[in-house]
Amino acid sequence: MHLDWNALGEVAAVSIGVTVAVVVVFALGVLGLARSEGAREDGGGTSAVGAAQAGLCFLACAAVVAYGIYLIVPQFH
Amino acid sequence: MDHITFLVAVVIVTALAFDFTNGFHDTANAMATSIATGALKPKTAVLISGVLNIVGAFLSTEVAKTISGGIVDDTLVTPGMIFAGLIGAILWNLMTWLVGLPSSSSHALFGGLIGAVWVGAGSNGVHFDKVVEKILIPAVASPIVAGVAALIATFLAYKLTARGRKKSVTKGFRLGQIASASLVSLAHGTNDAQKTMGVITLTLISAGALGHDAGPPVWVIACAGLAIGLGTYLGGWRIIRTMGKGLTEIQSPQGFAAETASTTVILTSAHLGFALSTTQVASGSILGAGLGRRLAEVRWGVAGRMAAAWLITLPCAALVGGISAAAVKHGGNFGTVVVALVGAAVAAGIVVLSRRNPVHADNVNDHHEVAVRTPAPTHVGTAA
Repeated sequence: MHLDWNALGEVAAVSIGVTVAVVVVFALGVLGLARSEGAREDGGGTSAVGAAQAGLCFLACAAVVAYGIYLIVPQFH
Repeated sequence: MDHITFLVAVVIVTALAFDFTNGFHDTANAMATSIATGALKPKTAVLISGVLNIVGAFLSTEVAKTISGGIVDDTLVTPGMIFAGLIGAILWNLMTWLVGLPSSSSHALFGGLIGAVWVGAGSNGVHFDKVVEKILIPAVASPIVAGVAALIATFLAYKLTARGRKKSVTKGFRLGQIASASLVSLAHGTNDAQKTMGVITLTLISAGALGHDAGPPVWVIACAGLAIGLGTYLGGWRIIRTMGKGLTEIQSPQGFAAETASTTVILTSAHLGFALSTTQVASGSILGAGLGRRLAEVRWGVAGRMAAAWLITLPCAALVGGISAAAVKHGGNFGTVVVALVGAAVAAGIVVLSRRNPVHADNVNDHHEVAVRTPAPTHVGTAA
């Protein structure tokens, strides 16, 4: 019997790393969204910083999703 | 079509029936948390998941070259054993569905095959070292990895968004959940539908209806995709309730973290050639997400029953598969018909039992328990 502990460790490290990274970036995006929406409601001006932060973060997450679809669909390989 | 004997036709129908139970057993993996947090309406969620499963079935070209991935000696496997193994897997899937326990459809299939081959060809037909390597190790490791990933991610998500407006935060994570849940469904379609395609294709090859090394014909791909998609769409609401409500009360940041963890674990292991159970990964993620939110209640009793179900899935499916294989081996076509009829009767009985306390799209979020006997009082409402 052959057990590839390295591959198992690799799966664990990559999975935990990618999950935490995606969720943190997405959380920052949500925070930006909340800030921009909050500013709009509190009166007049929108928070450009918040909107930009949200846009950038969601774009980064979309890129990861695109890579995920690339991995799922064998025709792309 | 004179190659298609009675037994081969029965195997194909049984394989599609297994595919159907696989679909409805596993809807919860992708959609339970989205339904629980309200990110998607229950009916919308199962529709998206069903369609993506069909799409996934058509996308997957790398159809399994072996029935079992080396767990049993494929040269000894006959269509009769495949049939017996599938019966074991289907009945176990239905049993766990009745009590609302998410168990692995892959383990049920492997278990059924192991039992059938053991009885049909002797214990040397089963490669026990492969069972440990391909089933036991991933089954222990994958939920833990997914759980740890979801736990850290959930903790950080709450920490980071604590200052944000609650309404915007909830809405943002709900939108994210739609994307993450869809990815889980697509990955599921490419993985699980092709298992059934592999079984049917290899049966056709062994019967001489297809040449060696032939890929699955289009009708096999279409049937397998439709069976798993339809099963997914009908939704195993009992299991969705357990996973979305039973383990812990899921909020949208937790749901997003859990689904992201499931997706990454499934994709990284598939990429590196580890076979694992989507069900166990998703359960581990949800448990981790429950622990990651402070003061979130995790129902360890439910988690314990789930773990127990995982432990006995393979042996139980193997037992049913073995008994069926004995009947097929000694009874020939007559034995096959008897097994098929008994299997259908037990399946019908389970469905009738489930009607006593049905769980469906309209009441899936009302309660956190799936009872078989006593109907849950309707006024209970959401369990806080």
